[in-house]
Amino acid sequence: MSNISLQTKRILKNRAFLALCLLSTSATILILALLIVSIILQGSHFLFNSDALSAVFAHGELSQIPKIFRWDFLTNFASRFPEKAGIYAAIIGSVWVCVICALLALPLGIGTAIYLEEFAPKNRWTALIDFNIRNLAGVPSIVYGILGLTAFTRMFGLFGSDKNSALAFGPDDAWWHIQFPFGQGLLAGGLTLMLVVLPIVIISSREALRAVPSSLRQASLAIGATPWQTASKITLPAAIPSILTGAILAMSRAMGEAAPLLVLGIPVFIANTPDNLNDNFTVLPFQIFNWAGRPQESFHQLAASAIVVLLVVLICFNGVAVYLRQKLRKPMA
Amino acid sequence: MKSIATLALSLLALPIALAASMQTSDADLRKLTGQIKVDGSSTVYPITEAVAEDFQAAAPKTRPTVGISGTGGGFKRFCAGEIDISNASRPITKTEADSAKTNKIEFIELPIAFDGLTVVVNPANTWVTQLNVDQLKKIFSADSPAKKWSDVNPAWPSETIKVFSPGTDSGTFDYFKEVTVGKDGKIRSDLSVSEDDNVLVTGVAGDKNAIGYFGFAYFAENASKLKLVPIDGGKGAITPNGMTIEDGTYSPFSRPLFIYVNAKSAERPEIAAFVNFYLANTAKLSKQVGYTPLPAVINDRATSNWKSKKLGTQYLDASGNKVQGSIANVYK
Repeated sequence: MSNISLQTKRILKNRAFLALCLLSTSATILILALLIVSIILQGSHFLFNSDALSAVFAHGELSQIPKIFRWDFLTNFASRFPEKAGIYAAIIGSVWVCVICALLALPLGIGTAIYLEEFAPKNRWTALIDFNIRNLAGVPSIVYGILGLTAFTRMFGLFGSDKNSALAFGPDDAWWHIQFPFGQGLLAGGLTLMLVVLPIVIISSREALRAVPSSLRQASLAIGATPWQTASKITLPAAIPSILTGAILAMSRAMGEAAPLLVLGIPVFIANTPDNLNDNFTVLPFQIFNWAGRPQESFHQLAASAIVVLLVVLICFNGVAVYLRQKLRKPMA
Repeated sequence: MKSIATLALSLLALPIALAASMQTSDADLRKLTGQIKVDGSSTVYPITEAVAEDFQAAAPKTRPTVGISGTGGGFKRFCAGEIDISNASRPITKTEADSAKTNKIEFIELPIAFDGLTVVVNPANTWVTQLNVDQLKKIFSADSPAKKWSDVNPAWPSETIKVFSPGTDSGTFDYFKEVTVGKDGKIRSDLSVSEDDNVLVTGVAGDKNAIGYFGFAYFAENASKLKLVPIDGGKGAITPNGMTIEDGTYSPFSRPLFIYVNAKSAERPEIAAFVNFYLANTAKLSKQVGYTPLPAVINDRATSNWKSKKLGTQYLDASGNKVQGSIANVYK
């Protein structure tokens, strides 16, 4: 008798736990869905052309499909008239700094991870470095902004000021023009974002390398391969899908940062795209921040539209990460 | 006969030549190149953005950029020589002017528009119909701040006041602080602060016992959710609106907004053209983006100060003391 009641109790507990898990999952999804739907609704005015929408869906005029989206929102510069305002400068700026950030942060971060995981001796020093990197990953990004302001924007005042540089190469409008300090230029932004994401890249790459079974390494070393051969031919290829996933998630983080760039003093209004690495730029999150703070409701709608664009870009990034992971994953056996 | 014709022609040509020397022609604007770096107050930003937008259309090869580091942040960069023009929602302080002097930065101060600072309460608040500066001081001061509405006026309900204020790095905060508790006074610390004035709007709109302050444009966009408080500056309670802000009767909360131009930058043709363009269009553009234009006479004085490159601020006297009073008195 007691045996049966114990049995039902066990099953009841199991069901209760399942219900709890389902509840928390659906709560998360509901909150996310609510957020996305409300943002899309708020931003729809500047994203979609209502005439074309009704033509396509109510009257089936398929020729109107390209006109559904208000492309000029993507190709216009910022404006005081909400109807004419767009995010061209912000998109171009965001892409530029992210590319610079990726080109700098990925080799440095993955290289550090390979050294720490595959070559470095396990002693007090590497433990200290490991501890510090983990700590840095938790530092608020605005702190990196202050570091970037001193180190990249002003360069400790070593080379004069941005407007009166003591060390510059090439004419101002040449694509290869470069000057020190970097001021509010693309390089300053890219380097500052590199500081923000570097700890994340290192940690995720190390986790990826650690997940490679050590039997593979030992087998390679046992047949006489050097540690470099083992790392480059065995460990790294096995870890690359996860490394890439981490790297792309880090880049999404860089794309979404506004705080560190705010500290650098980058502008919000700019009606040009950069010609060289020292040119001024603005980024999407910063434009969103500005629009969301304006008194007029139309600017809040613009901010929502820009958030939708930012979300789409981030979803694309994550999609690439998933695709690469599937494509590069090879069976270990 | 011929000489009369020549005379008539030259008389005709005179004003045209004069006008041409005052204003850069359209063709000249198209040829201009170079960076125009502006940073500072987010309150002034919409006006400068509008000017930069139109100027860029007239002079497509120039690169105006406008940032929003805040009045204090903008002056920091301006006094270090990093930017050409600083947007400010309050006059430069002595400390900032001294720092400019140390860095050998000279500047021209130009008032460009008015912003009315509005004090608002919740629409359900039936007891506050007007406030004077003393009452505001009681509510906002750090020295024995009024905890309850009844502390301000015994006839008012004994309920806790919820205070909302813009961030301490904003010129709006500085200006409000100076008017209510004075330069050396302190604003109470138990208040809700946000850099985003929309958050303040939501805060005051959602709490019956709330009070807050921000620029007139934020009130104008949310007039149905808020109750505007007329302010008694000593001459009876005045409700802020376009008229009372412009003629200065909405005192002491009708505040001028400024741009500060680096005198060395002003020698560059693109900066000079930009500032000319600014002064010529600020009346129209400031109205478009929700601010009150300066009276024509102040705008004329600002323009003549600009033409004669009058250096320094009108708000500090020779010995560095702050000059008080309305802009009409300061800009003589």
